[in-house]
Amino acid sequence: MPITHPGLQLTRLPGAIPAWHGRIGGADLQPICRNVRDGGGRLVALWGSDERAQGNGYALHVALINETGLVCLTLPLHAEQPCYEDIAGIFPAAGRMQRATYDLLGIYAQESGDHRKWLRHGSWQGGSFPLRKDFDAAASRAEELDSYPFVQVEGQGVHEIPVGPVHAGIIEPGHFRFSVVGEKVLRLEERLGYTHKGIEKLFESMMLQQGAKLAGRVSGDSTVAYAWAYAMAAESIANITPPDRALWLRALLLERERVANHLGDLGYLGNDVALSFGFAQFWILKEQMLRNNAALFGHRYLMDAIIPGGVAVDVTAEAKRVIAEECDLLEREVHVLRGIYEEHAGVQDRFIGAGRIEPKLAAELGLCGLAGRASAQAWDARAQFPVAPYDKLDVRMATYRNGDVAARVIVRFDELFESLRLQREILVNLVHGDELALPLEKLPGNGFGVGLVEGWRGEVLVALHTDADGNLSRVHPHDPSWQNWPALEHAVMGNIVPDFPLINKSFNLSYSGHDL
Amino acid sequence: MYQILKQIIKTGIKTEAPPQADESLRLNMQRLQQDILDVFGGALAIRHVDAGSCNGCELEIHAVNNAYYNIEGLGIKFVASPRHADLLLVTGPVSRHMEVALKRTWDATPEPKLVVALGDCACDGGMFGESYATCGKVANVIPVDVAVPGCPPTPTAILQGILTAISAKK
Repeated sequence: MPITHPGLQLTRLPGAIPAWHGRIGGADLQPICRNVRDGGGRLVALWGSDERAQGNGYALHVALINETGLVCLTLPLHAEQPCYEDIAGIFPAAGRMQRATYDLLGIYAQESGDHRKWLRHGSWQGGSFPLRKDFDAAASRAEELDSYPFVQVEGQGVHEIPVGPVHAGIIEPGHFRFSVVGEKVLRLEERLGYTHKGIEKLFESMMLQQGAKLAGRVSGDSTVAYAWAYAMAAESIANITPPDRALWLRALLLERERVANHLGDLGYLGNDVALSFGFAQFWILKEQMLRNNAALFGHRYLMDAIIPGGVAVDVTAEAKRVIAEECDLLEREVHVLRGIYEEHAGVQDRFIGAGRIEPKLAAELGLCGLAGRASAQAWDARAQFPVAPYDKLDVRMATYRNGDVAARVIVRFDELFESLRLQREILVNLVHGDELALPLEKLPGNGFGVGLVEGWRGEVLVALHTDADGNLSRVHPHDPSWQNWPALEHAVMGNIVPDFPLINKSFNLSYSGHDL
Repeated sequence: MYQILKQIIKTGIKTEAPPQADESLRLNMQRLQQDILDVFGGALAIRHVDAGSCNGCELEIHAVNNAYYNIEGLGIKFVASPRHADLLLVTGPVSRHMEVALKRTWDATPEPKLVVALGDCACDGGMFGESYATCGKVANVIPVDVAVPGCPPTPTAILQGILTAISAKK
């Protein structure tokens, strides 16, 4: 058992990831969360569901993680007064998740310090909630302009710089409000939700396989991680294990996604410190990899390659040769480029010390993924909860303590090389002659399943609930950016405004994956 | 410095020939006027607007800037403000939360201006369609000249769409 609490009954969920599920009462939520936090655990995700059709009210779900595994807790809430005790005081990352859950479902945390809206801007009315089953989209339309009470910083010489939602670069939309004195950032406040597309509502009208396509478009740069997490959740409910070959191929795709994104980021991080040579070089390598993806798997970003039940792609002997050659090329070239970055005084001068998050703060904020590992938060689901085939690969986790841009760069380099090693191992172990997928069209009724995958940015979680007929009644995709966006606000404090693009890039967080 | 120069020489020139314009991508014939093309000449400034995409299209717009497609080599560059732009490159189904920002960006772009809608979602709403949260295709919000399908469109398709927008009707 991952956690113990008086009266708490946990059932092990089927599937590869060590996950448990249990129902709790309102008074248990805070003590359990405190217990998990004090034991070094973290909050992974928080979401709600409308259970009124089943004769209940609503439910709050939290996913917690500790060194034993993932614990999903369900707290039934009253239909008339759907409230629960605030846990943002225990896990700061819960704050925005609680606010978003209110905007979408109308369940709320009592006595939380921040009741401002989060994902809702002005396009649907406050007091109507899209994820309620009786939500009337037409009647809830609102055309009000978004007004949001940003925290004001006052003092002599303080002024504000509003940035976005349309940014200067080619990036996703969001709003940043800087309070500065001279060039120095006193405070940054983020306002997200601009790319809210109603993804969770859309899932509820989809068939299982169609939902996999949508899962792959929650955040386009992490399509493999999302599709795998979605498939893992479905396979847990159906209690099936995909064929061995499919699992090896999934890991191959996930590592290729990691390498491609790390190459792109390393190029942009060079670009952001005026080393356009870095951008040119890394993006040549990335382009070669994307072209190989298109030739071998039919898609440059590997969309729709993973389906519930298995995979929709295969590798031939020729493909193995291409990938092996690519790994050799990348190993050689990235090694040279790493040397150039490390010996370039101008680059290191900008990287070192910029946007630092100390390990202690990282732990408090629940910083996760590669940004967490750069601040000594040793969490990597591939190493700690190795689902097949990672259980045979012995993933070496990359961690550093400095927590600055330089550390996030080094983690990317280390992980890139490790991913190349893993790809080579996978090619050797890829068993032939196996099927690629088990048929999985429909799930059992009243099921709950969860998938957790270490994407390139961090842990991606997808939770699936089915109704009595086995249709998707609630799907919640969770991006690691939920945890890391608030940390970015801390990282830029005391830095100069011109370093913000660099610091932001070193985190490279998702807007779409967060805004849903 | 020696290492950098050595690497540049070893890498060589990767840039490939750009694609031809494709008239079938054009939605709006009336907007294409010779004087627009005269104003643009050989140079074009693009303002990209993500109006709600999943970030997939953005990855390919980044790729258009890489050495293989080398969009800047064609005299086309991405600029930081719509006020400096000749063309808006818009991705995503337009989320309702981005509707006002997209309209304002369009208003801020000086005439003559062109709009390229990029990706399946921008062309017809894609998987997301129209809902409580999205307005669907870009043409529902601002006038679109050229629409480039794909999920995401390849860099070659993106280049082709942009070149179509600024090419004279044959």
